[in-house]
Amino acid sequence: MRVGIIRFPGSNCDEDAYHAVVDHLGAEAVFCWHKDHDLQGADLVILPGGFSYGDYLRPGAIARFSPIMQEVVAHAQRGGPVLAICNGFQIACEAGLLPGALLRNAHLRFICEQVHLRVESIATRFTSRYHIGQVVRIPVAHGDGRYTADADTLERLEGEGQVVFRYVDAGGHVTEAANPNASQRNIAGIVNAAGNVLGMMPHPERAVDVRIGSADGLPLLHSLADSLLAEVGA
Amino acid sequence: MTRFRVAIHIVPRRGILDPQGKAVADALHTLGFASVGDVRVGRHLVLDTDAESAEAARDAVRRMCEQLLANPVTEDFHIATVEPA
Repeated sequence: MRVGIIRFPGSNCDEDAYHAVVDHLGAEAVFCWHKDHDLQGADLVILPGGFSYGDYLRPGAIARFSPIMQEVVAHAQRGGPVLAICNGFQIACEAGLLPGALLRNAHLRFICEQVHLRVESIATRFTSRYHIGQVVRIPVAHGDGRYTADADTLERLEGEGQVVFRYVDAGGHVTEAANPNASQRNIAGIVNAAGNVLGMMPHPERAVDVRIGSADGLPLLHSLADSLLAEVGA
Repeated sequence: MTRFRVAIHIVPRRGILDPQGKAVADALHTLGFASVGDVRVGRHLVLDTDAESAEAARDAVRRMCEQLLANPVTEDFHIATVEPA
């Protein structure tokens, strides 16, 4: 399994993703520069967190036009998996890989803290190693994470099981207080209709070691590795 | 070809929570401007573009707004003025 981590000017979680993939998952990872057209044979693409292009215009709005994004979109259209984290989620929405948009947190503050998420679907290649309804602890670090979509899109996401993670309290309850940015329906992560692109505001790559707070992000990486291994075996 | 200067307003769509607008409204109320109702905080862009006519410039800018300058999910745009630059 080879992981391509996209680097934009302003990406700042690329090294975290590399550390998680190489040192904790034990897979191979390469960095893909935004000006290149080469995914270097990556099986999995990670769009990491950060502030690509300084969030000019809107978070993700400019990054979507980077040369490498043409390759990422083509990879996704071939069914290749894409893990879009934080700014990566914003870029994926701007690029049309995922529906909706991420707006300024309702309280206007940048949040950087551990949150609880409930796993809403394990029928995805990203979450097969979790249990349905499992409550996991994964950190968030963002100023623009309020997931917003029109009513039809929300109904479709819910109906098709595309809501993968929801912000909850420690007991697994969906509450307003547990929603750090006022996302609609406490949505923290979604997959596209084809199931190969996951966007999430929380950072699973920063939750890979109990010594720094949580290893609850590791099963996500292992789920992806399982799914890629199954493809090779098939 | 004529060079036109085009001014564009982009604001959060009504019905979508605009926390910046709400904060500004609250501050204005605190200052005593009790008559202030809804406030939306958006962006104002001024760009120069060459076109055969004002209509052509407006058309081009509309496409720019649809494809990049405004987010079709959350924002509305309004082309305020198109004038020779």
